Amino acid sequence: MRRLYSILIAMMLLAPAHPPRAAADDAVNPDADFKAFRDYFTKTFAKVPLDDFVNGPYSMDAELRKQWQAIDDFPPYDFAVERGKEMFATPFKNGKTYGDCFANKGIGIRQNYPYFDDNSGEIITLELALNRCREANGEAPYSYVKDEMASLTAYMAFTSRGKLFDIKIPNDPRARAAYENGKRYFYTRRGQLNFSCASCHVQNPGNHIRTEVLAPALGIVAGMPIYRSEWNGMGTMSRRLVTCNSQTRAVPLTPQDEDYRDVEYYLTFMANGLPVSGPAARP
Amino acid sequence: MRLLLVVTCLLLAAAAAARAASTQADFDAALAAAAAAEKEAGALKNQWMPTEQALAAAKKAAAAGDFDTAVAQANEAEALAKASIAQAKEQQDAWKAGVIR
Repeated sequence: MRRLYSILIAMMLLAPAHPPRAAADDAVNPDADFKAFRDYFTKTFAKVPLDDFVNGPYSMDAELRKQWQAIDDFPPYDFAVERGKEMFATPFKNGKTYGDCFANKGIGIRQNYPYFDDNSGEIITLELALNRCREANGEAPYSYVKDEMASLTAYMAFTSRGKLFDIKIPNDPRARAAYENGKRYFYTRRGQLNFSCASCHVQNPGNHIRTEVLAPALGIVAGMPIYRSEWNGMGTMSRRLVTCNSQTRAVPLTPQDEDYRDVEYYLTFMANGLPVSGPAARP
Repeated sequence: MRLLLVVTCLLLAAAAAARAASTQADFDAALAAAAAAEKEAGALKNQWMPTEQALAAAKKAAAAGDFDTAVAQANEAEALAKASIAQAKEQQDAWKAGVIR
């Protein structure tokens, strides 16, 4: 019976997941993608003000929004911001601080991450930059998913609130390949449930999966890191990606895997022009 | 009547033999096949959690000497791993169909 079940799953997977469409244009064109992506969300959710997309599920559901506004009187991420501020100011053993690793001493720079590093040819996320800063100063890296990393990124996001995302994709084949890989990752179905990121966050924003209201992909990165009631604590972008994978019954990648960084690059580019809203609270 | 009884007994014995307990060797073969498929899924960065769970259950059953369950779980893991491989290969191009245009 189980064998039959597995065969049926395989047959489902081999069936076309979408109606037939015209052959895809393989040329990498971030600006055209950006326009199509933005048009899709602003036309599909015409009543949602553009900047409100950064509020995720609250932009989709009035009742949920009321609950959020009540919760935000005493934001559950405040402790993380305070802790992150303290950590940020505390020197490493060599006397340097996090601020020494970043432009503008790390204040108000969240909107520029992730970026393409033309020296290494890879995407540098804020989380990766923080751990590399630690390692460059003789400190052990932190877990990428919560606790200290969430506190540090919460503080850095807090100092950047309202600043507009400004992700650049330079005319470098490595940068464009990273962008395209992120886009591929976003639309690729995976896991036993055969879901892509887009299955939830493009095709079903505002709809429920069990008790959760699905957030739109537009602006979904803007609130990171987040306090999730489901987690009873803070979580980073890495944690969100790992959790999304496991919810589709896929084995998650290692946090800060190249694919994860690339999809963050893709999604944050799509959020260009929207304000940083993190840290944020989510159900 | 006696003949019928004998035949019935023989049939029951044959059925029992057909369902004879799996051996360590059966399990080793099933596990090797499952592990190979899961390794291929890993190379495609598309492993499934139920596959890992079935593999773990297979090893646990084998360690307890329950080779019937161990072989069944290993076979399940192999089938799941093959489905994840099929998914990854199908998605190598199919993802483009979902892109917002």
